[in-house]
Amino acid sequence: MKNENRGWSIAAHISLIFYTVVVIIPFILLISASLTDQKAIYANGFSFWPSEFSTAAYEYIFSANSGIIRAYGVSIFVTVVGTISSLIISALLAYPLSRSIMPNRTFWMFFIVFTMLFNGGMVPSYLVWTQLIHIKNTVWALILPGFLMNGFNILLMRTFFRNTIPAELIESAEMDGANEFRILRSVVVPLSTPVLATIGLMQSILYWNDWQNGKIYITDPSLFSVQNLLNRIMEDIQFLKTNMPPGTAGAINALPSESARMAIAVLGVLPILLAYPFFQKYFVKGIMIGAIKG
Amino acid sequence: MEQAVSATIRQAEPKKKKKVDFKRIWPLYVMMAPGILYLIINNYLPMAGIFIAFKQINFSKGIFKSDWIGFKNFEYLFATSDAYIITRNTILYNFFFLIAGTILALLCAILLNEIKNLFVMRFYQAVIAMPNLISWVIISYLVFAFLGAETGFVNNSILPALGIDEWIMWYMEPKYWPMILSTVHFWKSIGFSSIVYFATMVGIDHSYYEAARLDGATRWQQITRITIPIMMPVIIMMTLLSVGRIFYSDFGLFYQATNNSGALFSTTATIDTYVFNGLLGIGDIGMSTAAGVYQSVVGFILILLFNYLVRVIDKDQALF
Repeated sequence: MKNENRGWSIAAHISLIFYTVVVIIPFILLISASLTDQKAIYANGFSFWPSEFSTAAYEYIFSANSGIIRAYGVSIFVTVVGTISSLIISALLAYPLSRSIMPNRTFWMFFIVFTMLFNGGMVPSYLVWTQLIHIKNTVWALILPGFLMNGFNILLMRTFFRNTIPAELIESAEMDGANEFRILRSVVVPLSTPVLATIGLMQSILYWNDWQNGKIYITDPSLFSVQNLLNRIMEDIQFLKTNMPPGTAGAINALPSESARMAIAVLGVLPILLAYPFFQKYFVKGIMIGAIKG
Repeated sequence: MEQAVSATIRQAEPKKKKKVDFKRIWPLYVMMAPGILYLIINNYLPMAGIFIAFKQINFSKGIFKSDWIGFKNFEYLFATSDAYIITRNTILYNFFFLIAGTILALLCAILLNEIKNLFVMRFYQAVIAMPNLISWVIISYLVFAFLGAETGFVNNSILPALGIDEWIMWYMEPKYWPMILSTVHFWKSIGFSSIVYFATMVGIDHSYYEAARLDGATRWQQITRITIPIMMPVIIMMTLLSVGRIFYSDFGLFYQATNNSGALFSTTATIDTYVFNGLLGIGDIGMSTAAGVYQSVVGFILILLFNYLVRVIDKDQALF
C-alpha cells in the first residue's frame, strides 16, 4: 500500500514539474531573445541562452524615442484610475441592492443580470461610444467602454455585503444618524476588504492586459498603452513583411530590432510576474469565489 | 392606544407614509445612478443599436441616414462561405476546448491532490495558474518567438534537429493552426481551471477514502469510484455553463495568437474575429454587423436554454 502511494506521489511530482517547466520555458525564450545580439539572432534564431550577450535592446528602449516610457505611464494611469473607479461605481450599485429597505430589488437585479445574457455586439457598442459619447482618442476610451463595471462583479459584491455584514450593524449606524453614504464608507467597506481586494485585483489585471479598447478607439500613438504599443509593433512588422518587395529593408530597419521588440514584451509582462508572488493568494481565492458564484 | 392612533394615521394618510419611506431611500437611488447610467450606455444602448444590421451602412451619410435594406446583410452573409466557416470554427474549437480542457483540468487537479507537501503543492498551483494572467499581446510574442519564420525557435532549432531543412511559414499555413491554437489555449487556461476542481476535491470527506482503503481499494479505484463521482455535479455544472457560451470564442486567442493573419482564415476565423475585422475596416462592415447580431441572438437563446438546464439540476448554480 505504502509503495503504491509513493508511486502515485512520484508520478504526480514528475508530471507537475514537467508542467511548470512548460509554463516557464516560453518566458525564458523571450528574456533570452531580448538579451541576444541582433546579428546573432539573424544567424541562429532565438534560443534559450543568448549566443551573444547584449543589452543594446534595453539601451534602445530607455532612450528617448522608443515610446515605451510614455506607454508605461498610460498603462499605469489607466490601471490605477480604472480599478479605483471600477470599485467605487460597483460598490455604489451593489450596496443599495443588498439593503432590504430598497424597493424593486428584483427589477434592478434583472436589469443587471440581463446585461450578462444579451449584448448588442461590438459594432453597436463602438457606435454608441464614438458617436454619442465621442470617446475616440481620449484616455477615457481605455477606461470606460466594456470594462468599468460588469454584472458579475455586482452580483459578487452584493452577495458578500448581504451575507457577511450583519444587518444590526447597519441599523445601529442608522440610529446613530449616519446617512447611507456614511454607512457604506465607514461600516460596509471596511468589513468587505476580501471581496474588494479580489475584484480590485481582477480589474487591475483586466486593465493592464487590455489591448482591445486601445485597438478600437485609439489611433493617436501618444495614448498607446504598453499592450497597444506592442501590438502596433507586431502589426507593422507583419505589414512590412507581406507588402514589401525583398531588398527594401530600409523601412524594416527603422523599426525596433528583434531583440528590442522582445525587450519591450519583457517589460510589458514584468510588472505582472514580479507582483504575482504577492497577490497569488488572492488570485487563487478569487477564482474560487468566482466559481462558487455571487 | 398608541397603536390605534398610529394605525388610524396610517390609514388616513397613506401618502405621508410613502413620503417618509422615500426620504429614507433616495440616497440609495443616488448611489445607484452612476452604475445604472453606465449599464444603459455600455449595454442597453448597444442592444438598441442592433437595428444597424438592417441598414446599408454608409459613414458619409451617417448611421441614422443610411438606407434600410431589411435582411440583405444577413442574406449576403449566409450566401458566402464565411458564415459557415466562422460558425464551424467557433463551435468546433469551443467543443474541443471544453471536452479536452475539462479532462486535462481534472487530471491536473487529481495530480495536485496527490501532493502532500502543502508548500510544494501551492508552488505548483501558483506556477501553473500564472499563464492566465498574461495578456494576449504578450502571448502573441511568445508564439512568435517559437514560430516566426526567420528567427523562430522551431524553424531554427527544432526542425534542423529533426532533420528537416526547409523552414515552415507557420503564419501562412492554415493546417497547423488547430493544433497550435489548442496548445496555446491549454497552456494558458488548464492550470487556472484546475483550481476550481481542486477546491472541490479538497473538500471531499476523508473517511470515504479510509473506508475504501480498508476494503483494499487501489489508488486508481479510489479516484474513479470516489473522486470522480463526487465531482460529477461540479463537472456537469461547469460544462453546461460553458456550452451556453459556445457561440462566443476566446477572442484574444484567435486574433492575437494568429497575428490576425488573413492566410489562416479557414482554420482560425471565428465569429468574434470576423466582426472585429469588419469593424476595423478589414472586412465588410454590413456583413460583420449581421454576424454580430447572429451571434448575440443565437448566443442568447443558448445561454437561456443551458441556464434553464442548470436551474433544473441545481437552482443555486443558475445565473438567474
